Amino acid sequence: MIYLELLWSFMQIGLFSIGGGYAAMPVIQSQVVDLHHWLTLEEFADVITIAEMTPGPIAINSATFVGIQVAGIPGAIVSTLGCVIPSCIIVLTLAFFYYKYKNLRMVQGVLEGLRPAIVALIASAGLSILILSVFGNNGISWAIHQINWVSVALFGAALFVLRKWKPSPIVVMLGCGVVGMLVYQLTPLGG
Amino acid sequence: MKKSLQVYWKLFTSTFYLSAFTFGGGFVIIPLMRKKFVTDLDWIEEQEMLDLTAIAQSSPGAIAVNAAILVGYRVAGFPGALVTILGTVLPPLIILSCISLVYEWFRSNAWISALLRGMQAGVAAVIIDVVWSMGGKVVKSRDWISILVMCAAFAATYWLKLNVVFIILFCAALGVVVTICKGRKERAQDKGESE
Repeated sequence: MIYLELLWSFMQIGLFSIGGGYAAMPVIQSQVVDLHHWLTLEEFADVITIAEMTPGPIAINSATFVGIQVAGIPGAIVSTLGCVIPSCIIVLTLAFFYYKYKNLRMVQGVLEGLRPAIVALIASAGLSILILSVFGNNGISWAIHQINWVSVALFGAALFVLRKWKPSPIVVMLGCGVVGMLVYQLTPLGG
Repeated sequence: MKKSLQVYWKLFTSTFYLSAFTFGGGFVIIPLMRKKFVTDLDWIEEQEMLDLTAIAQSSPGAIAVNAAILVGYRVAGFPGALVTILGTVLPPLIILSCISLVYEWFRSNAWISALLRGMQAGVAAVIIDVVWSMGGKVVKSRDWISILVMCAAFAATYWLKLNVVFIILFCAALGVVVTICKGRKERAQDKGESE
């Protein structure tokens, strides 16, 4: 049953995206792209882009998007529900212990142990989007004509701007989008 | 009863508004929530809000959702939590539903497709920038266990394609062991000092 699959899948996403924001990304990719093939890597990259441009958490945004693509509006509701249920149970349990003992040491210890792993997982998901954007769907190849040099240039410029001036990510992404659109549409580089 | 209905309505509209206009996820929404519930409405104390934030950040799931659950529960119990969840989840649900309905058209339009292609490079840069900052902190800490865990986790997911869930479970277990060991060491030191 597709609804149960969506629910279970997004419950895992809710349960294992620890640390907020980008931490959800590798778990979503693993469930939605690698395990269930509900989205292609390209569509996944689009979802992340859209999620970054719209308000609301990445996990909820992708739950809605994937849910609708797979099983319409009810699918979106079920996926979002799945995303929220683990949070609900765990947060309320922790709050209970917090009000009782005022001590979150073990939880914070676990979180500290997880942080380096989360960084690595985000890096891996980010790298797969970068490779998609530079090499397209065919995967890594070092033949000069297979490399999308527009993407390489945009990526380099964006990273430089982000490191140097720390602007809002939305501005940087929109900038890349507009420059990319003009170059791809108005010059022969778009081919 | 009328009063409690007002409280629920206020909880709903506050969280709905915060969720609908907060770009940039959990780390942005928390200060805004603080302003709303601590400064404006005076429903929660400053120190308590800090602790609730710590809980929201330590729990799995979206930080904005976690914080909303805690605030709703604190103000109006379990029904309050349900109301704030609804308020937080509805805006992205509505917005993304609309986008996903036009997505096919969106993607087949050459201009928008080119825009998304350009933005993909930007998204990659944003993510690599985040990794650079977070990873830099891990490397600078010179904590060899952390650095080793980071490299091993990357290899496990990127080359070995292990399920992310197992990697997280393994590292969480490792975190428990390290925390217990540290706790024992500190207690032993405390004993040594008091003698």
